[in-house]
Amino acid sequence: MITYLVRRTALLLASLSLASVVLFLLLRFLPGDPVNALLSVGATDAQIEAARHQLGTNEPVAAQFVSWLGDAVTLDLGRSLISNLEVGPEIAARLPVTVPLTLAGFVLAVLIAVPIGFLAAYRAEKWDGPLLNGVAQLGLAVPAFWLGLLLVTIFALNLRALPAGGFPAGGWSDPAAAMTALVLPVLTIALVMSASLIRYVRAATLDVLGSDFLRTARALGSSLPAAMWRHGLRNAAAPVIAVLAIELATTFLGAVVIESVFALPGLGSMLTRAIAQRDYPVIQGVMLVSTFAVLAVGFLGDVAQRVADPRLLRSRS
Amino acid sequence: MKRAWIAVAAASALLLSACGGGGNDTPVDSAAQTINIGSVYEPQNLDNTAGGGQGVTEALNGNVYEGLFTLTDTGTVEPLLATAHTASEDGLTYTFTLADGVTFHSGKALTSADVKASIERVTAETSKSARKSSLAVVKEIATPDDRTVTVTLSAPSISFVYNLSYVWIVNTAAGDLTTTADGTGPYRLGEWKRGATLSLTRNDAYWGTKAKNAGAVFHYFTDATALNNALLTNAVDVVTSEQSPDALAQFESNPQYKINEGTSTTKLLLAFNDRVAPFDKVQVRKAVSAAIDNAKLLNSVWGDYGTLIGSMVPPGDPWYEDLTAVNAYDVEAAKRLLAEGGQPNGFTFTLDTPNYDPHPTAATFIKSELAKIGVTVEINTITSDEWYTKVYQQRDFQATMQEHVNDRDVVWYGNPDFYWGYANATVTDLVKQAEAAKTEAAQADLLKQANKIIAEEAASDWLYLYPQIVVASADLSGYPLNGRNSQFFVYDIVKS
Repeated sequence: MITYLVRRTALLLASLSLASVVLFLLLRFLPGDPVNALLSVGATDAQIEAARHQLGTNEPVAAQFVSWLGDAVTLDLGRSLISNLEVGPEIAARLPVTVPLTLAGFVLAVLIAVPIGFLAAYRAEKWDGPLLNGVAQLGLAVPAFWLGLLLVTIFALNLRALPAGGFPAGGWSDPAAAMTALVLPVLTIALVMSASLIRYVRAATLDVLGSDFLRTARALGSSLPAAMWRHGLRNAAAPVIAVLAIELATTFLGAVVIESVFALPGLGSMLTRAIAQRDYPVIQGVMLVSTFAVLAVGFLGDVAQRVADPRLLRSRS
Repeated sequence: MKRAWIAVAAASALLLSACGGGGNDTPVDSAAQTINIGSVYEPQNLDNTAGGGQGVTEALNGNVYEGLFTLTDTGTVEPLLATAHTASEDGLTYTFTLADGVTFHSGKALTSADVKASIERVTAETSKSARKSSLAVVKEIATPDDRTVTVTLSAPSISFVYNLSYVWIVNTAAGDLTTTADGTGPYRLGEWKRGATLSLTRNDAYWGTKAKNAGAVFHYFTDATALNNALLTNAVDVVTSEQSPDALAQFESNPQYKINEGTSTTKLLLAFNDRVAPFDKVQVRKAVSAAIDNAKLLNSVWGDYGTLIGSMVPPGDPWYEDLTAVNAYDVEAAKRLLAEGGQPNGFTFTLDTPNYDPHPTAATFIKSELAKIGVTVEINTITSDEWYTKVYQQRDFQATMQEHVNDRDVVWYGNPDFYWGYANATVTDLVKQAEAAKTEAAQADLLKQANKIIAEEAASDWLYLYPQIVVASADLSGYPLNGRNSQFFVYDIVKS
């Protein structure tokens, strides 16, 4: 296990460095100029040149890369070309929105998907199993922004039970207000994500229910709940964990849409705005943090899978 | 199995319990109220000479920062920090006297040195201000004493005082003004939560009439639906400018809201590249203009809102004249003009179309209108970033669409180097003479003449003037209706 962890950590770091280099180069070769976001119609050629010079975007890409790499090693993510604010603290200020949003959405999705997926498999021969499965299938086709708007219309505009969007100016200093602001976005994420999760949980459960070891255990006199608990869960867990890791990463990235629909000041809205303005340091910073989060989740997912099912440790890597 | 269902039910209950809240209906003391303002224009930074964008003007101009003069919501220029000013006979020397007892939010007293430094910030080499070129006539600024500023110009400029209304008088000792502020206005900058809110708090040490409310919070949205939902749920009291007519229906029928249509200065232009064939021919430009039914286009985009203009001058400018009859919609005339312009069988051109509303809709409309006279439009959709590089800087286009937002911007037609390449020596001369005019009446007269020529020559096709729509809660009053050049003065707003 320890060899595995060391190797996996090295791989994580290597992927992250590679990703950051690719990211830097890709951005520089994309068409577009951050100066355009700062100047308006009426700017003179001299103003345009002066602005480029000031932002340093007229330097050769190689020189920009070296200076960026030097800063990034010391965890200095630079300053926004547009707002002149330090990127690091700006990202840190957005995390208290994006992280709880993603995690709560994820946990709720799991809470919804595991029992429903299990039921859908367990009652596959009855009327309610296929019904649950059908509803989940339908859920897969629902775009997140549409569901978000629907929930806003019902709970905010009609029932007036929840805010339609926004985040309290004081942030988490008023936890109740902050949590209230997150209810609808979290619910949106959870419902969308649970739709795909239900199918995985159902498939994994069906596999286990039809497996030889479960039949053997039951033939030896074990009740179904006991057999499931002792043998089934562990076997069903490994594939589900792999999927969960991917889903968590997807949720993190998918928060972009949700944050826009609900006007939440998170990483997603920061990224969309930065992309529109070609604000390279901000795009790089947010992408670096997101890439790290995705890679880290993948890493934890892999480790968790091996803890759940030690056979994997022996089979590969 | 029951257990699983219970788990689901429990989770839902937990969720619903978090959905508490509710309103409180305490009667209000308007001076203690905070006004919540919804906007789509978040500042890019806090400095209007560093490319802060229109959001920074909306939030800080007149509220946190003040100029020597102010451009009121009705379009008149009034003295603010300058109590008096005199101009020399030749129009080259202006002397300003500063108001008494003015202090910055930091407590430092306003002096003529601050004024000098503030004007120089706009004209500095690193300045990104759109006003930089109009202040290029400033030759020298002298500060004979703490309350007197003397500006010498290299040429007479009747717009000088008007242009000064855009120059924020800042405490230049205040540090990095892209992230902090130190002005003389009725509000201090509160906190700016990037991506969410920017707050203003009343400056109780203000030198003039104090604000009628305790402060304001600008709430920023990227999604127009989210913005309107905020107004519908009372999370904001007013929306500074509605971007789409679709949203208005839900407020029109509701007595809790008031829809105000003000005078906009935003023109939607079909700008031809007047340097290149076939748009270098006046007849061709006139033909294209006459073939497009602007009234129908405006109606399809904005319903009953908005106005038609036959030129670059909006009704709020002092030299406005109704020129909608000049190239009025007339398909037969368009066909004739096309033949006169040497294109009897029509031609094909590429229309560089910004990818955001209403440009794609307008482009499709233009395409179908021009098909009637045998002109084929190839729509090339581009981002605003590409527009700026390809069209504005490189002038690599045949025709494009763009919104021109500022007032008094007909003068760009006097600059043959501007992106649309309109070159008419008479117009250039008229614009120059207008700027050197001795009186405002003479200036207006000369610009009217210039405007008439550009309309007759169809320098561009002015499709329509946007409506300026402010939607507010019915119990709110005192907000600006015209939002001239994106200003949004907050100090007179009260909630009843």
